[in-house]
Amino acid sequence: MSGPLSPLDRPNSYIGRTVPRPNLERLVEGRGTYVSDMTLPRMGHVVFVRSPYAHARIVDIDTGAAKQGEGVIAVVTGAELVEQCSPWVGVLSHLKGLKSAPQHAMAVDRACWQGEAVCAVVANSRAQAEDAAELVQVQYQELEPVTDMRTALEPHIPVIHAELGDNLAFERSLDAGEVDKAFSEADAVAEAEFVFGRHTGVTLEARAVLADWNPGERRLTVYQGTQAPHMMQNIFAKHLALEEAQVRVVCKDVGGSFGIKVHVYADEMATAALSKRLKRPVKFVADRIESFVTDIHARDHICKGRIAVKQDGTITAFAIDDLTGIGPYSMYPRTSAIEANQVVNLVGGPYQARNYRARARVVFQNKNVMCQYRAVGHPIACSVTEGLVDLAARAIGMDPLEIRSRNLIKDDAYPTDSPSGLKFESLSHHASLAKLKQMMDYDGLRAEQKRLRRQGIYRGIGLASFIEVTNPSAAFYGVGGARISSQDGVSVRMDATGAIIVQTSLTEQGQGSEALTAQVVASALGVTLDKVRVILGDTDNTPYGGGTWASRGAGIGGEAAWQAGKALRMNILEVAGTILQTVPDMLDIDQGVVVDKGTTRERIGLDEVARIAYFRPDTLPADFQAELLATRHYVPRQYPFAFTNGIQASWLEVDTETGFITLLNHWCVEDCGTIINPQLVDEQIRGGVVQGLGAALFEHCRYDERGQLTNGTMADYLVPMASEMPDIEVGHVVSPTLESELGAKGAGEAGTAGAAACVANAVNDALEPFDVTITEIPLTPSLILNALGRRGG
Amino acid sequence: MKAYAFDYVRAATLVEALSLLERAGEGGKLIAGGQSLVPALNLRLLAPQILIDIAQLPELRGITSDDTHIHLGAGTRHAELATSALVGQHVPLLQTAIRHVAHAAIRNRGTLGGNLAHADPASELPACMIALEATMLVVGPKGERRIDAIDFFKGLYETALEADDILVRISIARSPAETRVHFNELARRAGDYAMAGLAMVMHGTQPQGLRIRPVFFGIGDRPTLASHAARCLEQAADPMAGLAAAQQALSQDLSPQEDLQADADTRMQLARVLLKRGLTDLLAQGRG
Repeated sequence: MSGPLSPLDRPNSYIGRTVPRPNLERLVEGRGTYVSDMTLPRMGHVVFVRSPYAHARIVDIDTGAAKQGEGVIAVVTGAELVEQCSPWVGVLSHLKGLKSAPQHAMAVDRACWQGEAVCAVVANSRAQAEDAAELVQVQYQELEPVTDMRTALEPHIPVIHAELGDNLAFERSLDAGEVDKAFSEADAVAEAEFVFGRHTGVTLEARAVLADWNPGERRLTVYQGTQAPHMMQNIFAKHLALEEAQVRVVCKDVGGSFGIKVHVYADEMATAALSKRLKRPVKFVADRIESFVTDIHARDHICKGRIAVKQDGTITAFAIDDLTGIGPYSMYPRTSAIEANQVVNLVGGPYQARNYRARARVVFQNKNVMCQYRAVGHPIACSVTEGLVDLAARAIGMDPLEIRSRNLIKDDAYPTDSPSGLKFESLSHHASLAKLKQMMDYDGLRAEQKRLRRQGIYRGIGLASFIEVTNPSAAFYGVGGARISSQDGVSVRMDATGAIIVQTSLTEQGQGSEALTAQVVASALGVTLDKVRVILGDTDNTPYGGGTWASRGAGIGGEAAWQAGKALRMNILEVAGTILQTVPDMLDIDQGVVVDKGTTRERIGLDEVARIAYFRPDTLPADFQAELLATRHYVPRQYPFAFTNGIQASWLEVDTETGFITLLNHWCVEDCGTIINPQLVDEQIRGGVVQGLGAALFEHCRYDERGQLTNGTMADYLVPMASEMPDIEVGHVVSPTLESELGAKGAGEAGTAGAAACVANAVNDALEPFDVTITEIPLTPSLILNALGRRGG
Repeated sequence: MKAYAFDYVRAATLVEALSLLERAGEGGKLIAGGQSLVPALNLRLLAPQILIDIAQLPELRGITSDDTHIHLGAGTRHAELATSALVGQHVPLLQTAIRHVAHAAIRNRGTLGGNLAHADPASELPACMIALEATMLVVGPKGERRIDAIDFFKGLYETALEADDILVRISIARSPAETRVHFNELARRAGDYAMAGLAMVMHGTQPQGLRIRPVFFGIGDRPTLASHAARCLEQAADPMAGLAAAQQALSQDLSPQEDLQADADTRMQLARVLLKRGLTDLLAQGRG
């Protein structure tokens, strides 16, 4: 054999196989360890007194009565905690012009959103802390809140941070090709204003942190449900005046993240600062109401879009003007400008049109902070693009599938780029479209739709092509000055019995990072999965790396695991070759046994190799040292992002009398390159689709004009539930990235990227006989009835 | 959030429960299944000094039937109602409605009496009780009394129960075979409180002399018998011929309220659709 082996060609490869996740049994037996399960000696529970106003000056805080409360350890105001924790500003240098104001762990003299912490009560139990928190007397002077993003920049509206001059956090414009010419020469122009409700990622486990400052060793250990332990290590050190080496971040089991847990939350910083101040462990577990008013929100865009099309179906130009409100501060350290920036990057992305103009503006508001949540910007860009494509098709009387077929970038056009400058290595829009058409029986559904309409049943088909940003390089955050690593490291070692221990900088929040790491290492080495144990989520005990976010785990951490596994295999074979007095190149490892390469002829077991290496090195040549630990790091360099692509479709029914929508079926064909574990990929897609369907139909953080969140409970904030979900059929096209040996791209956000877009398109398709176009989500019954002009009076 | 501290006592008999309740005064609160009460405690919306647990009172247990009525102990769990053969045979409306009450875990614990006494305006069973003309047996310090369902629900979370009363039993006339029942609700997710719902009973078989009881819930501050609409249907030559007038008459019967789910106009539209679909279903049952 010659040349490098393909991952799929390895003996006993687990690449492309569905195998159970190694952590599954532990979790379903209830033996996981979440932060809220943890108790340390002398641990205090912190409860935050939070501002009931969206915008208010803090005139006075009287903590006297609270300090006398039963079990109370300390009551600390925002102004007092400044001694322990310095403020931060959420900007990145590559987002030119982005500005924000210093944010403190707790409000010091002014609260800028309903729910911002102003005072902390630490007690022996959560219940005692809640009792005492009610005794804290805060005197507020309510200020005029800025709540409507449409008017936030108008001169009569107050400026939230006077020192910034205005409420504009960020603005980006782009003009590519000849947009005006394209519109003037178009046969048809369609336009619409797309409205996206503010929503949030509802994690099953709320945010939780347990900080333990040990004055004896001058070290802070933080147990935290976070996606990025090394990032947090840096942040805790920086703002608590410590060296990074004095901070250890441990991330045990985490019940879901979706991007919610990759940010720096003021109350979590306050918890760490309180531990340092009080010299004892302090735990904070957000309750559900706190989650709704403090976990980052997302979306909340109003985007005007225009599309130019020729009568033959050729789309010639896109133009958008996007506006989003982000709360009073740009989130730290990833900033709250990324979503709008992504919208500008991604609109029109699947299509050949070269003329594109975009503007995005990001404004401050007195509402909860906004930041990156699963599929950052993608659902906005996809809904706008795909909504416009459907409007264009309608304007020229063309079938929605046909217009896509005529305009999607051809599968043989790669490498290529987009008008916004995105580089595409290899996408498969047409193969995906063809597969989708066959999976859903597009022509059959169109016939059924027509037949049912005659019976007064209104069903619709919606399509949504998408591209997805995965495997981000340093271009995402590193170049902007954030100490957020885009590389990952993996160490693999063989112990004295031949068992394999893997340490990775990836983290696990339920998506299967642990499983994919084990599969890749077992395949690279040639051992069975039961021999592999994966350690992750501990800055003291894993290589330095980014963690799990932005669909980077399989593509970046997976490749590092592959390279580390390969390196250890070489090291093991050197030991085996020395023992067997043959050259390592003649050997391989299969099922944990050293074999003659290309055969299954067994030469020596790994347990025996390990025994000799560790206990009888005296039997090996004097100049030979066995190295049974190998570490490798990986980061993409050739492409800033490994783009993936795909297409989704929705089939649904609209009850035109009640405005209710019934989702009947959903399809997603996507291309994430090499698939390591098909079940994990499919469930990532399905889970992502469900979150997108939640946005389409249900999820909405509803604020009143005073900036009060009116639906902060699980009874009033509707998350998607199983009963309303359709079957979600998943198909794949496989175009591996050639930048890595593994060839894996990300799959975590594809489902969320396109689900809402195709639902909205399907609703408009269903309502086509009524000549209405709805471009707002969530698609509530009231919204549909309004559009149809059907309401009782 | 954690509930305020409170005391807890489990009563062994009805007499003991009444005496505990009287002694506790305003600080006392009954708990049975706790499916509405416990969330309210955890949200610190309520701060009782003592919870008196009546879930195991023998006087509140059991589903029985005599020649004319079926009797449901107030402590009967929703899940028990859903699987009771007696209920299925004699009050099928209840079993249809139960499927819409929250989720299985809640139905396993929540009780009929707790549901009715809580009087959530979007709750399914209070509407059924009015449609079925149920009678509530209530015991208080001054003894027993019977309250018709139509007089029991007074408003938002408000009933005819006094603070020291305990709802013991609900009696419902056995439905004759020709009685038709219909239940439907419009909720955005299965198990949620409905944006609008309808429990409807139709007695009689001939177009003339029908007695129709459409009771709406989730629309106003309490379950509401739409008597004007019912009259339009009953007095028409054929109920379907009276539908348009009945739909119009709903604006006399109902006072739709706005909340996070829907505004008043949407609710009225939904009520009219429910009435049409309910009547269509009832008439189709007759043809079946």
